[in-house]
Amino acid sequence: MNHNRRTLLKGSLAAGAVGAAVSAGLLTPKAVMAAWSKDAFEAKEVDAALSGAMGSADASASDKIKLKAPDIAENGAVVPITVTSMIDGTTNMSILVAKNNTPLTSTYELGPNTKAYISTRVKMGKTSDVIAVVKAGGKLYSTKKEVKVTIGGCGG
Amino acid sequence: MAKSIKLRAKAKDGVATVKTLISHPMETGLRKDKKSGKPIPAEFIQEVVCESGGKTVLSAQWGSAISKNPFLSFKFSGAKSGDSIKVSWVDNKGNSDSIDSKIK
Amino acid sequence: MKKIANVLTAAFLVVTPFAAQATPDQDLREFREHYFKKFPDTPKNDFINGVYSIDPASREQWEAFEEFPSYEIFVDKGEDLFNKKFANGKGFADCFPNYKKGIRQNYPYFDTKSGKVVTLEGAINKCLTDNGEKAYKWKTGNITYVSAYLAYLSRGNKLNIKVPNDANAMAAYNRGKKHFYAKRGQLNISCADCHYHYAGSKIRADILSPALGHPTGFPVYRNKWAGASAKGDGMGTMHRRYGGCNKQVRAKPFKAQSDEYKALEYFHTYMSNGMEVNGPSQRK
Repeated sequence: MNHNRRTLLKGSLAAGAVGAAVSAGLLTPKAVMAAWSKDAFEAKEVDAALSGAMGSADASASDKIKLKAPDIAENGAVVPITVTSMIDGTTNMSILVAKNNTPLTSTYELGPNTKAYISTRVKMGKTSDVIAVVKAGGKLYSTKKEVKVTIGGCGG
Repeated sequence: MAKSIKLRAKAKDGVATVKTLISHPMETGLRKDKKSGKPIPAEFIQEVVCESGGKTVLSAQWGSAISKNPFLSFKFSGAKSGDSIKVSWVDNKGNSDSIDSKIK
Repeated sequence: MKKIANVLTAAFLVVTPFAAQATPDQDLREFREHYFKKFPDTPKNDFINGVYSIDPASREQWEAFEEFPSYEIFVDKGEDLFNKKFANGKGFADCFPNYKKGIRQNYPYFDTKSGKVVTLEGAINKCLTDNGEKAYKWKTGNITYVSAYLAYLSRGNKLNIKVPNDANAMAAYNRGKKHFYAKRGQLNISCADCHYHYAGSKIRADILSPALGHPTGFPVYRNKWAGASAKGDGMGTMHRRYGGCNKQVRAKPFKAQSDEYKALEYFHTYMSNGMEVNGPSQRK
């Protein structure tokens, strides 16, 4: 089941935080594409998180996704991650940290002219695979990289 | 307004590169206050939306695993200097902020 | 005060052999040569980037942070504080008239009249108290924001610390030098052990940064401090870091802006004379 439902705001405002922001004029209705995927973000397993975020857990490994992440994170609380997809027609991208309590860190819906490129910083609880999943043509593709998180000596 | 969002948007050869730094605790809700031992309540951005020229460029959903003072960068084509750009966020507590700017 | 300083200076000349003949200038030359020889592939001014000047893996992460560093949030805060008028109508600009051209490179300096080392944080708080305002706390918060703003405006200026031909100044310089080279704490480690002799080596999972270039980047945004507590915003002064370092070798830390740390900062910064200010900076 697809948990990623579009919230259609045809005059009736959705209750809650998003609705409040909309009524305050901070988020124009057409910009609110989807309600926050609570199930996906609270899922404790990668598959469940992916299903929630992208509608399926069935992703094929692809070498056309570039995942830039450090080999050893300087600090697990701020790990710079950049994902670039060279797969035509990429519409969505997600970043997961396999060994985090709740693996899904974020998911992105790209506009029609938006490049398949996302750069951000994530928290990692411990050494883990960072998994980048993209949706293109309705299918899922993924790549992963292990990022080590260490206990420092003096600096960390 | 927009005191929490720092935005840099530059267009080159029709492609806009957007970089944003948002001042926000991104508290997971899993930490405890060292002194009182009480849990620090979750406070994290759940949605970030970027619009340009009236169209949605990016719609992001975030969890609490995005780092404190979050950074986000993305790119889109069909952009030129002077185009409008807007970035807004909403967090789990219902707080929000937005910034209206122009692509350089 | 001067008499005691003279006695101390005399004591140093007896007790510490290396201090006997060397002038600060000679110390500076030897200090730099040590690092230039140890890390021949590092461009001389690049030492201002600390461990990132000698370790490519962490440099890559640092460059990712530099795309939009967190400290910019605090430079903005510092700018707001700097421009806010005091109750008496004056402002920080009255105390730092040349701030736009950059002033960070002149601190710390030795005030021969008072016989004391003046740090940038000290000058910031003196400006407040001289104008009837409450002084900031020494290690975190507002003082780091104003210091960050002033450092930011000073970027590119070369550190220009002076040790005048004055007994008290030399005493402070030598006191700082002594602290740097003296072993301390349960772990019996000196600043020099990690940052001079073993710079570039590993201490558990960390790489020891060279002391050359240390002071240029302060105040500093540390990922460690940002993550440590809900309130901690990551910003800290040099004396905050000194305290942390002393604690890490299980030595009792001195107080921020104590004479001991001011002396250490004086020596430490002098050793980076000629290097470009690049504060505030992001570090581990």
